Amino acid sequence: MKLALRGLRLPLPRFTLEVDVELRGRVAGLFGASGAGKTSLLELIVGLRRPTEGSMYLGGRMLADVAARRFVRPERRRIGYVPQDGALFPHLSVRRNLLYGASNGDGAKRLAEIAAVLEITPLLDRDVDGLSGGERQRVALGRALLASPELLLLDEPFAGVDRPLRGRILPVLARIRDELRVPMLYVSHEPEEILALCDEALRLDQGRIIAHGTPAEVLAAPISL
Amino acid sequence: MSGEETRILGFTLGMAALAMVAIVPPGLALAWLLARRAFPGKAVIETLVALPLVMPPVATGLFLLRLFGRRSALGRFVHDRLDLDVIFTWRGVLLAMAVMSLPLFVRSARVAFEEVPHRLEQVARTLGAAPARVFATITLPLAARGLTAGLLLAFARALGEFGATIVVAGNIPGRTQTSALAIYQLIQLGRDDAALRLCLAAAVLAFVALFTSERLLARSRA
Repeated sequence: MKLALRGLRLPLPRFTLEVDVELRGRVAGLFGASGAGKTSLLELIVGLRRPTEGSMYLGGRMLADVAARRFVRPERRRIGYVPQDGALFPHLSVRRNLLYGASNGDGAKRLAEIAAVLEITPLLDRDVDGLSGGERQRVALGRALLASPELLLLDEPFAGVDRPLRGRILPVLARIRDELRVPMLYVSHEPEEILALCDEALRLDQGRIIAHGTPAEVLAAPISL
Repeated sequence: MSGEETRILGFTLGMAALAMVAIVPPGLALAWLLARRAFPGKAVIETLVALPLVMPPVATGLFLLRLFGRRSALGRFVHDRLDLDVIFTWRGVLLAMAVMSLPLFVRSARVAFEEVPHRLEQVARTLGAAPARVFATITLPLAARGLTAGLLLAFARALGEFGATIVVAGNIPGRTQTSALAIYQLIQLGRDDAALRLCLAAAVLAFVALFTSERLLARSRA
């Protein structure tokens, strides 16, 4: 990925998010305490919030440029977003959730491929109501992937999933990275997840990036300035 | 029940149903705006929409009479350009029912929209859906039970509408007489038995509408 966030500003209730960074890794990890502004940053990137200053480019494609008064709406950004709770559509089956953002042409073929990678093929005709936490997250991931995103944002997707299950999901994310080759920005509290998955990391504190580098460098950096 | 009573009930049901058709598009739009958007003057709009709930219905009727009477610009426009008479016609019945039941529908629909998690609509946008598609495929289906319950409540209100109707449409047997107006007239004429029969029928209809509305709301919150 090449995600350039230039001079971005977004006032939040307790502080102003101010970000100026360029991400180039296949999977970038985003660290930070609760309330550091991680979710707001993801919402800026995906287009659910508008910055008051700055610009954003993904691989040379403009997403927003405040000075030029340009703003690409979320439905046109081709950026997948998996929020913490998965946000599955409760009135649709697993299959219809997955296909919600898929283009009509090759949806069915890609559905089979992605369901296999995520190990959710047996769930396809179920209601989302009866799914476990881990199943819900994998369906949410699959739904985002089927929309063919150029970048996938994962907001602590496995926060509600117990530890043994996380161990099984990490390899799934690694397959998305290696086989489907979708760049990801991955928010997590867990250093081992970041180390296992990411080749680049950031730490956010009070709306500012206080460390940026390889996961090992960022994990080793002092937390307070 | 006599043929005349059945005809009155049929007319009332038909008018109330038409009033519901008339209030759904503006009601949905208003409810959605109030639930999902912040804009200047929102509180004023909210109050105006709720006003017919607390005003004396005859007062609302008088406003409508002035608004659609031939002496107002709107009334002249409707009469001269659209060639429609509203006052003292079935259209007056429809207008009174629609205006009096709209607030109940908007209030219920607003709650129904607010209960749809905004997160789901946002995620749908990120999956490539434009706002209209998000509304049709996420918001509307998830709010459907609450919307239907609100519509049934508004329908029950329209069935019983009296005060605004008698001012705007009069009480013309065979032309504008709804069950509520007929009951009033029968009582005045001392025909209490006929009045009671109509009351009973009106109560059964209102009960069915309200009961279904309550059941739907209970299920949508389960």
